[in-house]
Amino acid sequence: MLNSRAPVLAGLVATLFAAPAFAQGEVNVYTYREAKLIAPLFEAFTKATGVKVNVVSANSGLEQRIVSEGANSPADVLLTVDIARVQDALNAGITQPLKSDVLEKTIPAQYRDPAGNWFGVSMRARVVYASKDRVKQDAITYEDLADPKWKGRICIRSGQQIYNNALFAAYIAHYGEAKTEDWLKGLKANLAQKPSGGDREVARDIAAGKCDIGLGNTYYWALMQNVETDRKPWVEATKVILPTFQNGGTHINVSAAALTKHAPNKANAVKLMEWLAGEQAQHIYADMNFEYPLRTGVALNPTIASYGALKPDAMPLVKIMEFKKVASVLVDKVGFDN
Amino acid sequence: MNGTSAPFAARCIVIAAALFVAAPLAGLLQRALSGNGEVWGHLIAFVLPVAVADTAMLLCGLAVVCGVVGVGTAFLVASFRFPGRSMLAWLLTLPLAFPAYIVAYVYVEVLGAFGPVQGALRALFGFRLASDYWFPNVRSIGGAVFVMGFVLFPYVYLAALVMFRSQNHALAESARVVGASPWRVARDIVLPMARPAIAAGLMLVLLEALNDIGASEYLGVQTLTLSVFVTWLNRGDLGGAAQTACMLLIVVAVFVWLERRGRGIGRNMRSFAGHSQQAGAHDGTLLCGWRGWGATLACSVPVAFGFLIPSAYLAQEAIVRSLRNGVDADLLRHAASTFVYASGAVVVTLLLGFGASMAARLIARGWARLCVSFAGLGYALPGTVLALGLLTPFALVDDAFNAVARVFGGRGVGLVVAGSGAAIVIALSIRFLPIVTGLAEAGLARISADLDGAARTAGASARTMIATIHLPLLRPALAAAALIVFVDSLKELSIALLLRPLNVETLSTYVYQFAVRGIFEDAALAALLIVAIGIVPAMRTVRFARPGNRG
Repeated sequence: MLNSRAPVLAGLVATLFAAPAFAQGEVNVYTYREAKLIAPLFEAFTKATGVKVNVVSANSGLEQRIVSEGANSPADVLLTVDIARVQDALNAGITQPLKSDVLEKTIPAQYRDPAGNWFGVSMRARVVYASKDRVKQDAITYEDLADPKWKGRICIRSGQQIYNNALFAAYIAHYGEAKTEDWLKGLKANLAQKPSGGDREVARDIAAGKCDIGLGNTYYWALMQNVETDRKPWVEATKVILPTFQNGGTHINVSAAALTKHAPNKANAVKLMEWLAGEQAQHIYADMNFEYPLRTGVALNPTIASYGALKPDAMPLVKIMEFKKVASVLVDKVGFDN
Repeated sequence: MNGTSAPFAARCIVIAAALFVAAPLAGLLQRALSGNGEVWGHLIAFVLPVAVADTAMLLCGLAVVCGVVGVGTAFLVASFRFPGRSMLAWLLTLPLAFPAYIVAYVYVEVLGAFGPVQGALRALFGFRLASDYWFPNVRSIGGAVFVMGFVLFPYVYLAALVMFRSQNHALAESARVVGASPWRVARDIVLPMARPAIAAGLMLVLLEALNDIGASEYLGVQTLTLSVFVTWLNRGDLGGAAQTACMLLIVVAVFVWLERRGRGIGRNMRSFAGHSQQAGAHDGTLLCGWRGWGATLACSVPVAFGFLIPSAYLAQEAIVRSLRNGVDADLLRHAASTFVYASGAVVVTLLLGFGASMAARLIARGWARLCVSFAGLGYALPGTVLALGLLTPFALVDDAFNAVARVFGGRGVGLVVAGSGAAIVIALSIRFLPIVTGLAEAGLARISADLDGAARTAGASARTMIATIHLPLLRPALAAAALIVFVDSLKELSIALLLRPLNVETLSTYVYQFAVRGIFEDAALAALLIVAIGIVPAMRTVRFARPGNRG
């Protein structure tokens, strides 16, 4: 049955199954940040430079995909939403060092690889959401969370989830394995319920009175405040406290960009990475994604600024990542998620 | 293909099906062997006790819910006439089109502290906070059984419905005439005859639950699959993760073996079933009065939980958000690509799955049946693990293409398989092949081998025999299998997420992008589109699966 729709369908099938062309004026991005949510950034880049951005996003396995694609891989840039994935990419040997004066000048040294294998582009902090009514204090330490005075009052998502995994790894970097195990046991004993849900559910559960404090990322609270207006009751019942380590600052993590080893469009890839550190992109990160811009001089979003002055923990991210495996093992060992 | 060459062609098909699935398994095994095994001490001490217990509770709960709901509704729809039956018949298949994790999100909203249900309770009884009273928590194993049970029961429903409808009603009628109660007829005749199909349907439920990661993680259930991912991602131990996945495979192999043993028990019923098609005109006993409405209610409850409530919630969100943010114009393109991939998977699985099951029957040797069982293992791998296992074989094929291209043209052709939609279609087909082989084998088991013998004695070639006997008898089962593969492919997430080409989204990867940021309501329209695409084939299949209705 051939009709007028047949050629259209054939064209569609051809597009879906065709391998991407290595045309000029393109850059191919593999990203852990969701394609749809990063689209405004890439649209602005294309408008500014005329370079088209092709995107595929996933939640895991992009390094393995690039490894197996080998020299044929179309990937130019790998974008991650945390330091752990970019470290995996480095270990898999799929990145190449980039010497860029622009990036080295804009991105502070602690948020990029000394060898130039990856560059941080934006930052967020792991902070405390607390009930406005039932929690009077406006300062807290991570160590405090294991204090028995919080018994039955804390909500948290799975201890194996990457945000918590990175925080626990940071705790190990500060105090070592044994002390962290005790702290995790104390924290576990304080939980109001079994870990589940996401960071938003922490605010929801506090608002519902199931618990009084919990852990969440800085941008979730800001998103609920500014974008997801039907979640306003959750933020109205809660406040954000920037916790610190007793001997340090607030735990942060960065989204990072890495140039791939076989990047077929290297010049455009570098152009994109440098653009991401530029004024316009950093404003988009601040105001659309509610992250901390890494370029100095770019203003914070007002909601993020309202949390107070952020003092990022000085512990190097690369050092923290050395302990992510131990952190994962400890979570199982103390039965954190059970 | 004529009578003498059939076994050779048959051998090729059976071996091809096994090799198809062997590719990712080899990839997995290679990774498992690369691991050093250090993960096991830790897993056995701290993870497995909880993970095994949670997984077992989840699977047992699901077996009960899906078994009771799936078989019960299929029995009512197939055996009785009651108000709304023809509509409920296809509505009962639709929950399948929802990704389980989306339904999990919906019920956490609907039954949560700020949802309409608890809100009404608070207003009614004057509570102020959610902590002032007790309400079941959706984020629990019980919640997971509820959510996944009402999404997955259609696997059992469809498999059982096809078998109930094509059963020998004359046999049941005779039993009634000699005084057996309807309950006894169901227990002693109808159920045993449908047992292979019910077991095949339950298998699909359990495997689908084992593959789930989104719903379990969100609801706080520690499944074995989750521990595979934690081992891989947090401990950076891909080898250990592959080993854990291999252990899961063994668990599944035991399931498959148990199911086959169960099929053996039902064998003595087979000869009755072989000649059942002529009873096709039977349309069920009329249920009058409260009994009829009772049946309507019994079939409506699962439809409400699995389909109507999630749809209503999503529809409301879709309207609110479309008015606020507008409609994403790209959705149509994503829907089209999803449709094309799913259709591709249906074609491949039907050809290969029916071919292999039929071939194994023709060969009638243990090794052939073993090959078909082996081909069923693709479903046992979590989608991401399957996709990871395929990366290496795809790369080998692409390298070969490029080597050839360089010899002739001097320039590489890029990633012909891994960089195109072919990767997704192949992976989906490997994963969903067992749906076709499972239902086809269950159907074939009910066709007496004497019938084959008679046809061959009468001089019919294998091709004629298949075309005139097996294919027509199997058509309802194959139609049901095609529907399940299609709908499953529409909503499949892990494979599409890792293997899709640049700039391509499927509806499920689109939905996931929002869900992962906790704003799944923004993708409500896309989630509804998945269901909408599934509706037309669901309506057609259920009509098609009715005896006497050949097209």
